Amino acid sequence: MKRTGAEIILDSLVAHGVHTVFGYPGGACLPLYDALYHYQDRLNHILVRHEQGAAFAADGYARASGDVGVCIATSGPGVTNLVTGIAGAHMDSVPVVALTGQVPRNLLGTDGFQETDATGVMLPITKHNWLVMNAEELPRVMEEAFYIANTGRKGPVQVDVPKDVFLEEVEFDDFPPPNIPGYNPDEGMQPDPTLVRAAAEVIHGSEKPIILAGHGIHYSGAYDELLAFAEKANIPVITTLHGVSSFPESHELSFGMVGMHGNLYANWAVDRADLLISLGMRFDDRVTGRLEDFATEARIIHVDIDPAEIGKNVTTDVGIVADLKPTIRALIDEIDQLDHTPWVKQICQWREEHPSLAIRETEIVLPQWVIRQIYHITNGEAVVVTDVGQAQMWAAQHFWYDRRNTFFSSGGLGAMGYAFPAAIGVKYARPNEQVWCIIGDGGFQMTLQDLAVVKEHNVDVKIAIINNNHLGMIRQWQTLFYEGRFMSAKLENPDFVKLAEAYGLAGLRATSKKEVLKVLKEAAQIPGPVVLDLVVDEVEKVYPMVPAGSSLAETIEGDEVEEARYA
Amino acid sequence: MRHVLIADVEDHPGVLNRIASLFRKRAYNIESLAVGHSHRPGISRMTIVVAEDHKEAIQVTKQLDKLIEVVSVTDVTEQRHVSREMALAKIAAPEMKRTEILQLANVYRAQVVDVSPGSIILEITGDEDKIDSFVEIIRPYGILELSRTGEVAMVRGRAMPTPTMVAEDGPAA
Repeated sequence: MKRTGAEIILDSLVAHGVHTVFGYPGGACLPLYDALYHYQDRLNHILVRHEQGAAFAADGYARASGDVGVCIATSGPGVTNLVTGIAGAHMDSVPVVALTGQVPRNLLGTDGFQETDATGVMLPITKHNWLVMNAEELPRVMEEAFYIANTGRKGPVQVDVPKDVFLEEVEFDDFPPPNIPGYNPDEGMQPDPTLVRAAAEVIHGSEKPIILAGHGIHYSGAYDELLAFAEKANIPVITTLHGVSSFPESHELSFGMVGMHGNLYANWAVDRADLLISLGMRFDDRVTGRLEDFATEARIIHVDIDPAEIGKNVTTDVGIVADLKPTIRALIDEIDQLDHTPWVKQICQWREEHPSLAIRETEIVLPQWVIRQIYHITNGEAVVVTDVGQAQMWAAQHFWYDRRNTFFSSGGLGAMGYAFPAAIGVKYARPNEQVWCIIGDGGFQMTLQDLAVVKEHNVDVKIAIINNNHLGMIRQWQTLFYEGRFMSAKLENPDFVKLAEAYGLAGLRATSKKEVLKVLKEAAQIPGPVVLDLVVDEVEKVYPMVPAGSSLAETIEGDEVEEARYA
Repeated sequence: MRHVLIADVEDHPGVLNRIASLFRKRAYNIESLAVGHSHRPGISRMTIVVAEDHKEAIQVTKQLDKLIEVVSVTDVTEQRHVSREMALAKIAAPEMKRTEILQLANVYRAQVVDVSPGSIILEITGDEDKIDSFVEIIRPYGILELSRTGEVAMVRGRAMPTPTMVAEDGPAA
């Protein structure tokens, strides 16, 4: 039958089970929006208020649903506004399909109105991208786009379509199965049994092993396997930032997060371990600290779906390229029931002596305390979406994640402004869950325009602004490493309650502990979006901390700098 | 250390851009890159010479292999292979020097492809060393222009470049 390019694209979305897309129209993609008009019964288009929000929302949707997120933007400024969101999805391996309009074919390369070399701009920050020069290619390209985005090491892809290709009518029957000679993700799914045996042997020879669980656990859905493996081998589990919520934090083998703001005892454990079993993580510099001094006594078993991650940053003893789920299963079968009680006890003792997550009793409102109250008020059942900076770290540390895949954050790129639009995406993916966006006053002001979106669609997202009237992490670094020369750290903020009200939303402010408890309870009971302005101590820092360029062994526990001097 | 990589890539617009972009963003040092049609329709063969140590060369190979349009990539440095490069050199050749130059060309089995008043173009094929040495020998006569293709390589015997990944950098078992 005859179909236009735009119809083929939308048929493809429907065929892949997409029901919500996030986008912003513009000249070059008007034909796609015209086609969308006729698909409103099947496709819910959420009009964001800036394209960056569309990319972030698609990212949040993808992470929370396990499906592909879809965002749409027009040519030129539309596509350049997507860049931050797509770069973030690329760093964090999030499956996103970005559909972008392009100037008509006859204007390509003429510096036409709103023309940008969109595939050129996106090339280094996508897993793959296409400029589609004929509508006939669209069935194949759309099929490949979803396939590439959501297999192997996942990631964002971009399909750039000239305006007249949306309109071109071609004969269309069906989507062809993907056939890409250089891309065979199925080949690398099952672990090599020889390597699994080698890994088991190394595990049997270890006295102080640690499991480092990363983002891959979520993507592989290897939660049961991780739990069973840790229990059978009796090995402590420490997660990366993206590994948060991959292993129940109330479990006796859980020791929380490693890295720049990891728990002191977790960092010490990794530093002193004789074996790291690294599952779906990539030894980012925020995890390892100074690389030369990272886990110097440890042998390393590294399992990752991406061959290029094995041996990239650290030298591995056993590198297994495979999906985590079958690999951990195979490991469970291969290992004996083990007992590492003395080692586990040692870490417990460090935790008792250095309780990184203890919150000081204070009159003033500490941000950590606020996060803990959100945990209590939601019975620990909230899905947390964080921004970047201090609030991100406190949210990772002080909310305890027992439920799977309930923590979402811009980890690799560290894009401020991520949390709020991403939370919208998360809510569309998991409409029956309580979604809390934990964000700083700085980050919120980067993408707050989507308040209009949550109002328009009554998207029930609680926006908890951890408001210290500062770019807190900037202030922290300027305090610790720039002798208190605060440059562009203080923020002159709007009245967030009035701002919420201007958008027609509920806004609540709290400046004391009593008020915090009151407004959190109130917010939890409001069946819709709420903006919470939670005013906290301005000078509180995130600890523990591994100063940039230091090793995990050099993790510092707290404050010795006299803040008042700089106040 | 020099590593010679052979990559079979889909013959699409933009493939070269992706490969160049990868080398740029990861700051790999590229010595030469030669590309042309292979024996398979729709597939181009690239020979890429990188100046990287063993560990980095493994990374380059893996990162190249991740590109969707790269069908296979092999580091043939350690495999038995032949490699050839071609160069065209335009040399200042006043009549009195011509015979001398032609004698040298003969030693290197270089072909004369153009003779003009005052200049001569020689075509030479060989491995990198041979061409380097030839260039040094003729340099005193005055090289007006030099154009080198970069190396192309092929594994000896019936074996194809093994399209599987190179070994990891640690002991496997």
